[in-house]
Amino acid sequence: MNLSTILDMAAEAFGDRVGVVCGDTRLTYAELRQKAYAAARELQGSGARHLALLDVNSPAAPVAIFAAAYAGIAYVPINYRLTPDEINELVGRVAPAVLVASDETRAQLDARDEIRVISREQFLSLPTDAAAEPPTPPEDPRAVAVQLFTSGTTGKPKAAILRHENLMAYIVGTVEFGCAEEDDASLVSVPPYHIAGISSVLSSTYACRRMVQLESFDAKTWVDAATREQVSNAFVVPTMLSRIVEHLDESAVQLPSLRSLAYGGGKMPQATIANAMRLLPRVDFTNAYGLTETSSTIAVLGPDDHRAAAASPDGHVQRRLCSVGRATGAVEIQIRDDDGRPVAANAAGLVFVRGGQVSGEYLQQGSLLDGEGWFSTRDRGWLDDAGYLFLDGRADDVIVRGGENISPGEIEDVLLEHPSVADAAVVAVPDEQWGEGVGAAVVLKPEARASVDELQALVKSRLRSSRVPQRIVFRDALPYNETGKVLRRVIRQEMAAAS
Amino acid sequence: MAKIGLKAGGRFKSAVCDTQVMVIKAPAGEFALACGGADMIAPTASGTGSPDAALSGETLIGKRYVNADESLELLCTKGGKGTLTLDGTPLEIKQAKQLPSSD
Repeated sequence: MNLSTILDMAAEAFGDRVGVVCGDTRLTYAELRQKAYAAARELQGSGARHLALLDVNSPAAPVAIFAAAYAGIAYVPINYRLTPDEINELVGRVAPAVLVASDETRAQLDARDEIRVISREQFLSLPTDAAAEPPTPPEDPRAVAVQLFTSGTTGKPKAAILRHENLMAYIVGTVEFGCAEEDDASLVSVPPYHIAGISSVLSSTYACRRMVQLESFDAKTWVDAATREQVSNAFVVPTMLSRIVEHLDESAVQLPSLRSLAYGGGKMPQATIANAMRLLPRVDFTNAYGLTETSSTIAVLGPDDHRAAAASPDGHVQRRLCSVGRATGAVEIQIRDDDGRPVAANAAGLVFVRGGQVSGEYLQQGSLLDGEGWFSTRDRGWLDDAGYLFLDGRADDVIVRGGENISPGEIEDVLLEHPSVADAAVVAVPDEQWGEGVGAAVVLKPEARASVDELQALVKSRLRSSRVPQRIVFRDALPYNETGKVLRRVIRQEMAAAS
Repeated sequence: MAKIGLKAGGRFKSAVCDTQVMVIKAPAGEFALACGGADMIAPTASGTGSPDAALSGETLIGKRYVNADESLELLCTKGGKGTLTLDGTPLEIKQAKQLPSSD
């Protein structure tokens, strides 16, 4: 079992179909395979244990994923937005390796004996030989296919590992081979070092759907590419969708070929999805929930769920628009209390998941699966009677005030209802009496005003008094990572340092 | 018919047509896995002959094939003329519910 089977199948069945589009470059699935073969031959016998990529989206990303698979080594895409020190630290952790870099990222690298740097152009123009015997990929299902450094919103990056069997279980379990229509195209704007960047390559290839790559995201480029390439499908994170919605609103551009828009990677503001559904009434919306450690999507709120929830007079059905949907057929989801016991429907706890695609494994710590294969996502949430999963923040973000667990999300939702508040993040602040107390960083709308007293009174009018933020600071903007997750660690440190 | 153990990740090809499969899941025990009426062989081995006319129902690339209780599941990685059988019983295409594209 090896990921390269995905590309072999696409190249056998739809070899002439264009698989990758990036700027003026177009590669058919047959050409993609030839380039992956050429790169794999380069890797075999090079002594490299990893193939690293330090670059924006380009055809080098899919070529590298499959080349590493054919060569039987792990593919490690690295976040090019990190500082040079952070990048060099991670590069040191993957030696000996071949590393594909752009001119810009190459300039940040320290020279190292065990790292052979190759430019993107060189990597993509290695000589192909259609007459030569294809490389024979190793078939060990337990071999590591991909290693991803997690974003580290709470600490130093950890190396999550995904084995061939995990990623194959995800693809075979959730995608129908060759299901794309001849003209379908998927717009890829998530970076290659994110799990969604990996799964977009694997899913598109297995569906035999043309992937249209954006080097990096901005709303106008996205809309222009969607129009030019007649894009039918796309995946975006919440911050991308809100910028796309603003751009569509201002420019009055229509996207007639767009049929399906999936979103995930962070909490979607209700106003954003409601606006998007209004501006794109014929588009099917899908909310996908997944983690790096689960090889991507584990729960899906599909187009029919969106429409049923939006149209229902029943509050219980309506609120499913705020859920992440139900478990895909490929995994099981369970909610457990703090003692590890499964809880009944509608009761909150920690979200656990089990299935072949769930690796739950880090290079240093090893497997975090329990004896029965369950993985704790460290997300808090609950399942309703029909199995819809509602998320309620990260377990690590819970504020423990005098033994009482307080979830930041409910307080943030109340603060966001204030007409002057544009953004809000609630975190734990040190408190001598209670251990931890509630702190809030608030961003006001331009020209708008709100006092600390006023915001505290608002929370007090809606929630128990223990939820009222004892400290509120005003900020021009909140820190986010590039996929739209608010960096609570940074806010927490700032507030702790200031107190 | 020779009986063999099957395990997830294992790959086989037909001795008598182009069909190739990968085992997605398999029950414990030994079984006769055949295609077109002939035992399936290792992906690197070579076969001869042609499929039995009664077992030439075609195997389709990308389809998953299962036995009656779905304890065995094979993914066809290359299509061919022969019909897949387990202990002589033809395997059926697994009817999977299609998920909306999420990436």
